[in-house]
Amino acid sequence: MSESNAFNSNMYLPFEKGLHELDVQIRRLEELSKRNNMDFGEEISNLARKREEMAKELFSRLTPWQKVLVARHPARPQTLDYVGAMCEEFIELRGDRCFADDRAVVTGLARIAGRRIMVVGQHKGRDVRERNACNSGCPHPEGYRKAILKMRLAEKFGLPIVSLIDTKGAFPGIGAEERGQSRAIAQNLQEMSVLRTPIVCVLIGEGGSGGALGIGVGDRLLMLEHAYYSVITPEGCAAILWKDHEKKEEAAAALKLTSADLKAFGVVDEIVPEPVGGAHRDPKQMAETLKAAIVRHLDELARIPMDQLVAARYERLRKTGVWRIAQAAGVEVQETARAK
Amino acid sequence: MAWGSRRLGAVQPKNVQPEGQFTKCPGCAEMLFVKDLEKQLNVCRHCGHHLYMGAWKRIRAFLDEDGVEELFGELETCDPLEFRAARSYKERLEECQARTGMKEAAVIVRGRLKGIPLIVGVTDADFLMGSMGSVVGEKITRAFETAAGDKLPVVIFSGSGGGARMDEGILSLMQMAKTSAAVAHFGRTGLPYISYITNPTLGGVSASFAFLGDIIVAEPGALVGFTGPRVIKQTMRTELPKGFQTAEFMCEHGQIDMIVHRKDMRDTIARILSLLTGKEPVGAERATIA
Ligand SMILES: [Zn+2]
Repeated sequence: MSESNAFNSNMYLPFEKGLHELDVQIRRLEELSKRNNMDFGEEISNLARKREEMAKELFSRLTPWQKVLVARHPARPQTLDYVGAMCEEFIELRGDRCFADDRAVVTGLARIAGRRIMVVGQHKGRDVRERNACNSGCPHPEGYRKAILKMRLAEKFGLPIVSLIDTKGAFPGIGAEERGQSRAIAQNLQEMSVLRTPIVCVLIGEGGSGGALGIGVGDRLLMLEHAYYSVITPEGCAAILWKDHEKKEEAAAALKLTSADLKAFGVVDEIVPEPVGGAHRDPKQMAETLKAAIVRHLDELARIPMDQLVAARYERLRKTGVWRIAQAAGVEVQETARAK
Repeated sequence: MAWGSRRLGAVQPKNVQPEGQFTKCPGCAEMLFVKDLEKQLNVCRHCGHHLYMGAWKRIRAFLDEDGVEELFGELETCDPLEFRAARSYKERLEECQARTGMKEAAVIVRGRLKGIPLIVGVTDADFLMGSMGSVVGEKITRAFETAAGDKLPVVIFSGSGGGARMDEGILSLMQMAKTSAAVAHFGRTGLPYISYITNPTLGGVSASFAFLGDIIVAEPGALVGFTGPRVIKQTMRTELPKGFQTAEFMCEHGQIDMIVHRKDMRDTIARILSLLTGKEPVGAERATIA
């Protein structure tokens, strides 16, 4: 059985029912042929072809809400998976030197395709224990402070930064507030905007508002095809603007949170294609594709003089937003202010 | 400052019926005479509760009377997402504009504080919850850029229950990064930026320019934090400590420099600016409170 079919039934998302049924049929025929020593080769390859077409079709027209579900899939590769698959070397560096080591944020020295880098990433954790330790990837102020501390280290030693974003949002808790969640995020935005080293940010899964942005200011923003990036979760938006949690699908569509939307707004520089069926169906291929994209951008940025790089980073942020200028005569001139 | 002029006469404290002469204090439930309340800068004379103060009333109370000039008032809001929830963004925006007489949540002016020239920004918590969309972000950013060019200090009064504005999606979120970058570049000029936090300041406004002041001042009782108390209570299923996320609470936890009574805002900020820059405040003091 191929690795991509090695799914148990709870790994399928609600909209993947058709895929699930075909996978079950394929598996049955495979078992049957093994047990009875019969050849169902043709039937199996027909079904496999059908499944492939169905998956391609399904994933080429995912609704925004379906993308949110894919981005949140429990088997979706996480920061440490990518680090393991993309980097020849990784030495984790822990702690914020103030209060704690927030496991929701992973930082460390790494080598990717021979290039020395600093990795910063949000990590959700896989099993219950790891998820508890990581607070499911929702950072406390310590996580943001740890991230900026290691980024300053990167600046000092001339290492480019690769930031992997994957969080539902900053941790909503009493301690997080007491210890300055707002300040921690704000400080990262401020410092990352002027750090004198290249920064490549990648949205690998969930981009939950300020909690995601807190490690997300840089020279490039790449986004995996089915990742999402939003000012608020669809559920939160539905609760506030519809006063109804069940309107999350409508909210996901209204928020324009998909990679294609963000590319159109000029917020995202490049969409990194995912394997058919999502990154979790072929993590190895996903990591290879992502690695190639990251290395390409690192090499591009390495050629830009530092003053020019930092100036361009400001220009990049400076252009975000859309407004118009009212004119005295009442004629309005549309000023689109988009990155590209 | 066409909008400003229209706004000046029309300011009403929140929770006050325009036709009513009295309003109930949210702090102590005393009935307050509106005319009297306005003379007190919307501070309850019984319990000291700081009631909402609109952007233009704030500017009038804070700055010297002469030479206030609105900046970037020509920036107008678009609807880049063509956002539609139960109601459309356009509808909500227009209704808010009609109700408040303002075009957007942020007002930026150039003026003087006891003779010291400066740039002042206010985000008005009553305009779409003081949320930051493209125009608010752009105005705040331009405020820092203009101040850097003209070598002026910046004071920003933030009030935002809404944080980044949902209706402009990711573009709102990016305003957090944009304004923070503007503060970073402004910081290199050696000019002071004082962040003045008013009730409430949460989310994307809190986690960007509001918490990046060289000095962070807050009004008594102001709600300040990243995640709002209701969400924390619901998510964590826990009781919140007494006074959680009030300015006083945050001050005790080392998040802000000081709490300043509204009647002292002119004096205190002028003294801070003077101590930071060596510029002496000039001009006669005028009564800011009856
Ligand atoms: Zn009172």
